[in-house]
Amino acid sequence: MIVLLGVLVVILGFVTRRNPVLVVGVAGIATGLLGRMDPQAILAAFGTAFADSRSVTVFAVVLPVIGLLERYGLREQARTLIGKLGRLSAGRFLTVYLLVRQITAAFGLNNLGGPAQTVRPLVAPMAEAAAERTGGAKLPDRLREKVRSYAASADNVGLFFGEDCFIAIGSILLITGFVNSTYHQNLEPTQLALWAIPSAVCAFLIHGARLLLLDRKLEREMAATAAENAYPLPDASKEAGK
Amino acid sequence: MIRVEWLYWLVGLVFVVMAVQMAKDRTNPKRWTSAAFWGLLGLTFPYGTGVTGTEGFTLPAEPLGVAVLALIVLAGFNFIGKGVPVTTTEEERTASAARLGNKLFVPALTIPLVAIVCASLLDGSGLFETGKATLIGLGVGCVVALVVGMLVTGERRLSVPLTSGRSMLESMGAALLLPQLLSVLGSIFALAGVGTQVGKLVNDVLPDGSKYAAVLAYCLGMFLFTVIMGNAFAAFPVMTAAIGWPVLIQQMHGNEVAVLAIGMLAGFSGTLCTPMAANFNIVPASLLELKDQYGPIKAQLPTALALLGCNIVFMAIFAV
Repeated sequence: MIVLLGVLVVILGFVTRRNPVLVVGVAGIATGLLGRMDPQAILAAFGTAFADSRSVTVFAVVLPVIGLLERYGLREQARTLIGKLGRLSAGRFLTVYLLVRQITAAFGLNNLGGPAQTVRPLVAPMAEAAAERTGGAKLPDRLREKVRSYAASADNVGLFFGEDCFIAIGSILLITGFVNSTYHQNLEPTQLALWAIPSAVCAFLIHGARLLLLDRKLEREMAATAAENAYPLPDASKEAGK
Repeated sequence: MIRVEWLYWLVGLVFVVMAVQMAKDRTNPKRWTSAAFWGLLGLTFPYGTGVTGTEGFTLPAEPLGVAVLALIVLAGFNFIGKGVPVTTTEEERTASAARLGNKLFVPALTIPLVAIVCASLLDGSGLFETGKATLIGLGVGCVVALVVGMLVTGERRLSVPLTSGRSMLESMGAALLLPQLLSVLGSIFALAGVGTQVGKLVNDVLPDGSKYAAVLAYCLGMFLFTVIMGNAFAAFPVMTAAIGWPVLIQQMHGNEVAVLAIGMLAGFSGTLCTPMAANFNIVPASLLELKDQYGPIKAQLPTALALLGCNIVFMAIFAV
């Protein structure tokens, strides 16, 4: 039972916000020692496991290609493409983003999105703008936070439940790597990717529905705020004439 | 025959070349230690070939273990820095995006396309090492995409993609290494018997022969352990050794591919709910300047719980 203290090291490390790389290293050594492995065996275990899991880091060969394309305006072109999607409400826009993120991640293009690459510069501002356009007023701070949080959530849900439909992604390779070496199997990544599809569909339906419900929530709360503060709502006919 | 180890050597070479670039980059205040970190990481790739002994020569694993500890120290005590990225201006990028248009997506789509062709059509053709076609396909796809990308953009210097890729590497920093380290931790947990201990705990409470209880235990275990560890990659080896493999697959003859794939996805629901998964949940909150750093988690929580339910149902119906 004492080896379970290694799990505790990880929990404490993260609760006290230590550097995650360091936490993982210390937890590994501590668990090894508690499991009565001698230092040489621990070093060997670190080395062997690191060599066996090299496939997880292989995606780094993608970086030069994506770097080259970004330099030549890949992100700007993606922005143009999204801009052509027309006038959307915040919820509908985020649902479209969720779908795009899922599909591109399913094709292994994980780096096309992400909090720094797309959510902050692109998705969150567009969602806010869409919410303000449909609501007809400036977003109160609380709702602004909500829209931004949902923008981040669309990115995460799309990535997590899209990427496993791709065969050369870290988690699929981790499953095959772990099972094939530990249990001497010969699992194929393609089969694993197929089993991720039902969950991917559910993820889109559930989170997509919640994103669409966000529109109603925003509408209701913005109307309430407007009534409270007696902000004039813009005239719908004038708005349409713009 | 193209072998997977060649791909690892290519990856190692890319890291070493980028490390050399970093050593020359005077805008990086920690250029020597940064170069040491990425260079050492690059060298672990060909050395790993000897540790796995798959190419006819063997090397001891202990020196690699020492190297991994050195990487942990370099990353753990903030010895890794980044230089000023060498890139184009906003105007230049907008102009070139307007000029190249959707052609820019072609090289990006080449990578998955080649990987899928390799995995489906060329696997078993004898061209690739058996069972490694998808991974090798990714490498081949990247090389092909780089050539296509240079043709599409008209770029002639190979140093340009390498420099741009290095900037992305620097901005990711040690986070890039975390998945590989977490799988090391998972393996140590397995060797030290953490999975067995958790398995004993679970078996004490699990009703004998009830497949639904076992499915529930595996999925909830993956979920909770991921919440604690912040990463489904670390939870997977532990929970699979505890319940997934011995109970669901060996004892109940479940469909192993379905059990493992769905089990991992149950873990992903956990990632959506935990501040430990800082890169997905806390970093976006700070990037988006939210007052409530748990904003993204709150937005994700209902979806995550519903999806956990879906995965439990899928596993109960299709996998066992």
